[in-house]
Amino acid sequence: LTMLRLCRFSFRKTRAWAFSPTRLLSSSGEPSGHEQSLYPGSKSRFSADIAQCRPLTSDGDGGVSLYRVMDRLGQLLNPEQDLNLSEETLLKMHKTMMLLNTADKILYDAQRQGRISFYMTSFGEEATHIGSASALNSNDLVYAQYREAGVLLWRGYTLDEMMNQCYGNHLDPAKGRQMPVHYGSKELNYHTISSPLATQMPQAPGAAYALKRAQAGACVICYFGDGAASEGDAHAAMNFAATLDCPVIFFCRNNGYAISTPTEDQYRGDGIVARGPGYGIDSVRVDGNDVLAVYDVVRAAREICVKMNKPVLIEAMTYRVGHHSTSDDSSAYRSIDEVSYWDREDHPISRFAHYLKQKIGRA
Amino acid sequence: GSTTQKNLVQSVTDALDTILSTDSSAVVFGEDIKFGGVFRCTVGLAEKYGNERVFNTPLSEQGIVGFGIGLAAAGATAIAEMQFADYVFPAFDQLVNEAAKYRYRSGSMFDCGQLTVRMPCGAVGHGALYHSQSPEAYFAHTPGLKVVVPRSPIQTKGLLLASIRDPNPVLFMEPKILYRQAVEDVPVGDYEIPLSRAEVLKEGADLTLLAWGNQVHVLREVGQMAEKELGLSCELIDLRTIYPWDRETICESVSKTGRLLVSHEAPFTGGFAAEIAAFVQSECFLNLEAPVERVCGWDTPFPHIHEPFYVPNKYRCFDAIKKLASY
Repeated sequence: LTMLRLCRFSFRKTRAWAFSPTRLLSSSGEPSGHEQSLYPGSKSRFSADIAQCRPLTSDGDGGVSLYRVMDRLGQLLNPEQDLNLSEETLLKMHKTMMLLNTADKILYDAQRQGRISFYMTSFGEEATHIGSASALNSNDLVYAQYREAGVLLWRGYTLDEMMNQCYGNHLDPAKGRQMPVHYGSKELNYHTISSPLATQMPQAPGAAYALKRAQAGACVICYFGDGAASEGDAHAAMNFAATLDCPVIFFCRNNGYAISTPTEDQYRGDGIVARGPGYGIDSVRVDGNDVLAVYDVVRAAREICVKMNKPVLIEAMTYRVGHHSTSDDSSAYRSIDEVSYWDREDHPISRFAHYLKQKIGRA
Repeated sequence: GSTTQKNLVQSVTDALDTILSTDSSAVVFGEDIKFGGVFRCTVGLAEKYGNERVFNTPLSEQGIVGFGIGLAAAGATAIAEMQFADYVFPAFDQLVNEAAKYRYRSGSMFDCGQLTVRMPCGAVGHGALYHSQSPEAYFAHTPGLKVVVPRSPIQTKGLLLASIRDPNPVLFMEPKILYRQAVEDVPVGDYEIPLSRAEVLKEGADLTLLAWGNQVHVLREVGQMAEKELGLSCELIDLRTIYPWDRETICESVSKTGRLLVSHEAPFTGGFAAEIAAFVQSECFLNLEAPVERVCGWDTPFPHIHEPFYVPNKYRCFDAIKKLASY
């Protein structure tokens, strides 16, 4: 991936907007006509070869690769690339993924039994939550969409708190005002979820700008899905984050579906990562079912954000094993075999369990 | 205290300058803000406070408001500008679904009360469909937002300072026709005019005339016409805050006079006069001597030609007074 480099010009100091074309045009032995453009919008070179004038498209080249550290059986692709996280961290990662998975099963059934009105599971995406959350500091702000409960659990949100919100009982700090899974926690720096998609996206760079001004040494992470990425708010968010130098990580959970809409109906380009360079944003695509790879990219992204006050776009490829919500039956639009493959052959938790057994002898 | 002569634009600049100098978290942003703004409301501020605090954003109203919500939720005073009220609509979702509900939906764990969104509104003589709108009614229907419309430079500075400091997201709609036309001796110091308090500009016994923004000046003239030609004593009220509005002052006045004329440039059906009329007839029914009269923009988009016939001009308002008086 090449980053678009903008040429810098220094103008005479007499006025901030002084214009001096002769300096720009002076280069030795250039055939006329191929000089650098003076257009304010682009200072690239002119060319008579139209092939030079076309940005790369993703037709036929297979698209941007997915970064991974371990294969789907938990084997490191490159032993030198082991992150060497502490046993404590590794076990917490596994435990939290299992906790999320188990709580999801129980609360999904609770809805089926009429105990709560609605629920959304995160089956298959546990590594995107835990891998990212574990790479952040506790004072980094989280703007999420609705399928990121593992981030809260990592930070210490209790099962009681989850249930208070889902049941809307008197212990819910949000006073029962929202549907289940619309969690929020001031203490854990996790902004309250709202149902409209992608609305959190332009808010995240705004919050990041405030953190930058306050010199808080913290960043913002903004989660969203492959569907939400189509919203106008997503475009506005990335453009603002880039132009205003905001320390924000845009983390896309590309799980293949927006309710019933598969990604083929959602976009024609190479997913969401390919849009980053269009905004001037450093971008990376990662295997979202590899919790270590997710940790690695988020940790690196955080460094870039906090040290350089620039946004980063991460697209984590994963698969939504569960239905969209308790109001959905996904067998209406996808094969049970497909779901079964991901659940059994490439699940983030079992992959990590294999890795742990090799690494520390137990899971 | 001491005053200087300022027009409405300069009063806005003055208020923003006051906030920027006293609140280190404050930032002012929007399209074309840096060079001073298309209406010159932010002239000199970027030079004085730096580009980190007074800056241009890309051209995206949904981005501007969303960004402002994030800033406010993270503890900064965020003063956003929509270039024209007519262009606030891409930000409707962020305003109605997010800003208005941020505190409520989180049980007060979070809020974006430090957000203020300024926008020029109203007829300007040649603005047509997309440079003349008065969208206050859309937002007055949204619990969680406040909507404020000043009528003059002194009011602008005080109400804008109060709006910025109010712990709720506030939409501040500035009648653009008054930007340069309205000139007053504006107090130099820091002062606030309270929100949700209407102002009785002239006391009267026979009729209550209620408006906001530039229409206050139209009704003032109409009231003078009514006094001179019909011998009627008219009470003139500026609503100032559209939402939440000062029900008490209005109902007290109508209970006294028994006759109410409400006037606004925005279209008649569903305009804010409808809400006022409904509330007043419910609260003051037995005191009313006539049905509430509403003189508003017609139920069409705002035209380029025939603007003097579109807006609730003084002749239409005068006709309404005659109707009220003779009911």
